[in-house]
Amino acid sequence: MSNEAVLHTNVEGAITHDEHHDEHHEHHHHETFITKYVFSQDHKMIAKQFLITGMVWAVLGGLMSVLFRLQLGYPDSHFPFLENILGKWWVQNGQITAQAYYALVTTHGTVLVFFVLTAGLSGTFANFLIPLQVGARDMASPFLNMLSYWFFFSASVVMLSSIFVETGPFSGGWTAYPPLSALKDASPGSGTGMDLWLIAMALFVVSSLLGGLNYIVTILNLRTKGMSMTRLPLTIWSLFFTAVLGVLSFPVLLSGFILLIFDRNFGTSFYLSDIYISGVGALPNEGGNAILFQHLFWFLGHPEVYIILLPAMGMVSEILSVNSRKPIFGYMAMVGSLFAIAILAFLVWAHHMFVTGLNPFLGSIFVLLTLLIAVPSAIKVFNWLTTLWRGNIRFTPAMMFAIGFVSLFISGGLTGIWLGNSALDIHLHDTMFIVAHFHIVMGVASMFGMFAGIYHWYPKMYGRYLNNTLGYIHFWITMVGAYLIFWPMHYEGLAGMPRRYYSYSAWESFKQFGGLNQFISTVAMIVFSVQILFLLNFFYSIWKGRKVTTQNPYGSNTLEWTAPIRPGHGNWPGEIPEVHRWAYDYAKDGREFIPQTTPVDPNEANH
Amino acid sequence: MATTTAMATAAPKYWSGGKSPYNVEYGKLMMWLFLMSDAFTFGALLIAYGTTRFSANGWPNPNEVFNKYPGGANAPLVFVSIMTFILIISSVTMVLAVQAGQQMNRKKVAFNLVLTILGGVAFLSCQAWEWTTLKLNEHAWWGHNPFLNSNGTVGHQDFTNFFFTITGFHGFHVFSGVIINIVMLIMTLTGFFDRRGHYLMIEKAGLYWHFVDLVWVFVFTCFYLI
Repeated sequence: MSNEAVLHTNVEGAITHDEHHDEHHEHHHHETFITKYVFSQDHKMIAKQFLITGMVWAVLGGLMSVLFRLQLGYPDSHFPFLENILGKWWVQNGQITAQAYYALVTTHGTVLVFFVLTAGLSGTFANFLIPLQVGARDMASPFLNMLSYWFFFSASVVMLSSIFVETGPFSGGWTAYPPLSALKDASPGSGTGMDLWLIAMALFVVSSLLGGLNYIVTILNLRTKGMSMTRLPLTIWSLFFTAVLGVLSFPVLLSGFILLIFDRNFGTSFYLSDIYISGVGALPNEGGNAILFQHLFWFLGHPEVYIILLPAMGMVSEILSVNSRKPIFGYMAMVGSLFAIAILAFLVWAHHMFVTGLNPFLGSIFVLLTLLIAVPSAIKVFNWLTTLWRGNIRFTPAMMFAIGFVSLFISGGLTGIWLGNSALDIHLHDTMFIVAHFHIVMGVASMFGMFAGIYHWYPKMYGRYLNNTLGYIHFWITMVGAYLIFWPMHYEGLAGMPRRYYSYSAWESFKQFGGLNQFISTVAMIVFSVQILFLLNFFYSIWKGRKVTTQNPYGSNTLEWTAPIRPGHGNWPGEIPEVHRWAYDYAKDGREFIPQTTPVDPNEANH
Repeated sequence: MATTTAMATAAPKYWSGGKSPYNVEYGKLMMWLFLMSDAFTFGALLIAYGTTRFSANGWPNPNEVFNKYPGGANAPLVFVSIMTFILIISSVTMVLAVQAGQQMNRKKVAFNLVLTILGGVAFLSCQAWEWTTLKLNEHAWWGHNPFLNSNGTVGHQDFTNFFFTITGFHGFHVFSGVIINIVMLIMTLTGFFDRRGHYLMIEKAGLYWHFVDLVWVFVFTCFYLI
């Protein structure tokens, strides 16, 4: 019976689903505060929950970077007021303590990579855009989707609590390499702080798995009639590959964590061998290998870079096309390059490990595979530039951030070619050069993608606009500031200045950078305060922003703009619209834009 | 049934939207994807085990370690073979349950689910016996390996560590599968699936169960045979 019954139940399921939603609209007052705002199963509300939780983390993570930049920029100054706010563990004699410095760097990395740029970015936009852009009432499983958020929320609570324990949060770097992460006595943060870190990350993996499964299945199964895969907007393609990467790489991290938990608590030696701790003595562990953890970690860690970057790429593609009033250049090449990046993402992890004693021959293979990523990346960059070329560009704040993304991706991508060489990496690894590289290409670029997405889809999320003037101020200061912060770090790194050092005062050779460090820290503080401006804009506009009055304010082709201005649960009040064309029919046959729901005219030119 | 009309209308353009391209409802697709994800978890653990073992100077001989059965010793791998056989037979009964579900035969589904649950419980009991024997008689446990390497040198520390971690992780999966099957059994007996009109949830539980069995084949090979 299988096939027929399945199809049958599918239809039946869809019908009951529809009825459910109709009922929903009629009895709107039945929704309580709890079911609408807290344990909501509406993908749009869950998206907002991800976004706002991510924003809270972004503020905390950003504040941490301001604090440790304070130490790096002004190592000799004293800030007694910080001691009153943060307490003696964090600040002594008005100076950030060494232990606090490492804890700040570690938590900043973990929080920004996972909680802001994974959950906050792809969690928000996958939830918000997938059902709206493929033409679905909601995710395939709204219940699992809700669980995905609440696992993320619990992970957040546990991670936050680790900041307040007596011995401090984990302080061995966001990569959590053993033995610092495997031995409770290795450092103050390696005890309770690391336990909480592991619990938080395990919860995060579950959240990411539940979310990812839902995203993939929704894109495959719930596309509306006529929405073939090649008619999908590029946002959906990028979120699809992001989810695939997450579903296949996070479990490997989980395996690494399982072994780590046993090493920490049950006397195993998976990552440990021949270790002596002063004050404790020689440890009995033998036969393990710390490099094993690095392999397991970076098998997630590298795809993670693309989990962060791909959603930004997809949204930028969409925003560039809409605001250039031109079809995206090379749609299939864009999809193909996303696919190539997704494949290569799994084959390059050892370039993070060139100096671990990796066999140089094996290293050369990873150099080759790493440099291969430049090909799809360059295809994407050229396609973005050719989309802009001779476009009728509207410089909205979203468009500015999208163009900023392309700029940052080029600047950061070029230094990736340096770092992908195992020979150059001997000199450059663990210096400020690598900090500059990944902050520009992954951190700031993805933040720009996220900002672009927020500015662009804010009207759809809240039915109101963000303030544009504040948006331009936000863009220009962030853009200029990002380059002023991270560009000089390249020079420091080339001069051999190592990263993650508490103080450089012992080295005569790095004294020349004292002024530069001060400059970087000052700019960092300015850029951080501008983000507060953005937050004010965001929360003010939810209630007081200019109202959206037309269904399709940008003249955009995609399906989310055919839904009501403030769509209810179920997105479309009547039938789900049918799709007749791809998402990029801009400036075609003399028409400015042709929505995907418009049937193809027999006299129309082929695209 | 109207199979022919369904075939005629659904044949072309699986990917053009408005229907599932793989002709499956979302839950089953989700289960397949979850199993892929879980395969990577087990894959990573087994590869970690492999790299540690192949970089070691020696490793205990499984024929000497796993040679006990209730009431005796010197029977290499006999007990674990019985365990494996039980688990594989439970996969067969699961297939029969799924098939009965497709025929909407409630009694037959319930009967085969009971057999599958019994198989799972039997496997877990065997594993519990094996673990307790190793711990109580040999003092083998996480962090303690009493077995010498096959070349006579002091045993590698991670032999027992990997053994208990990975077989334990698999046992945890079997345990979850038994719980899932018990829930399925209750839902079958209360007539939930009959009211719903299909037994698709049994198929999803079946996928999970077969996966757990398949993983055991790899775990068994890696720890007992090689």
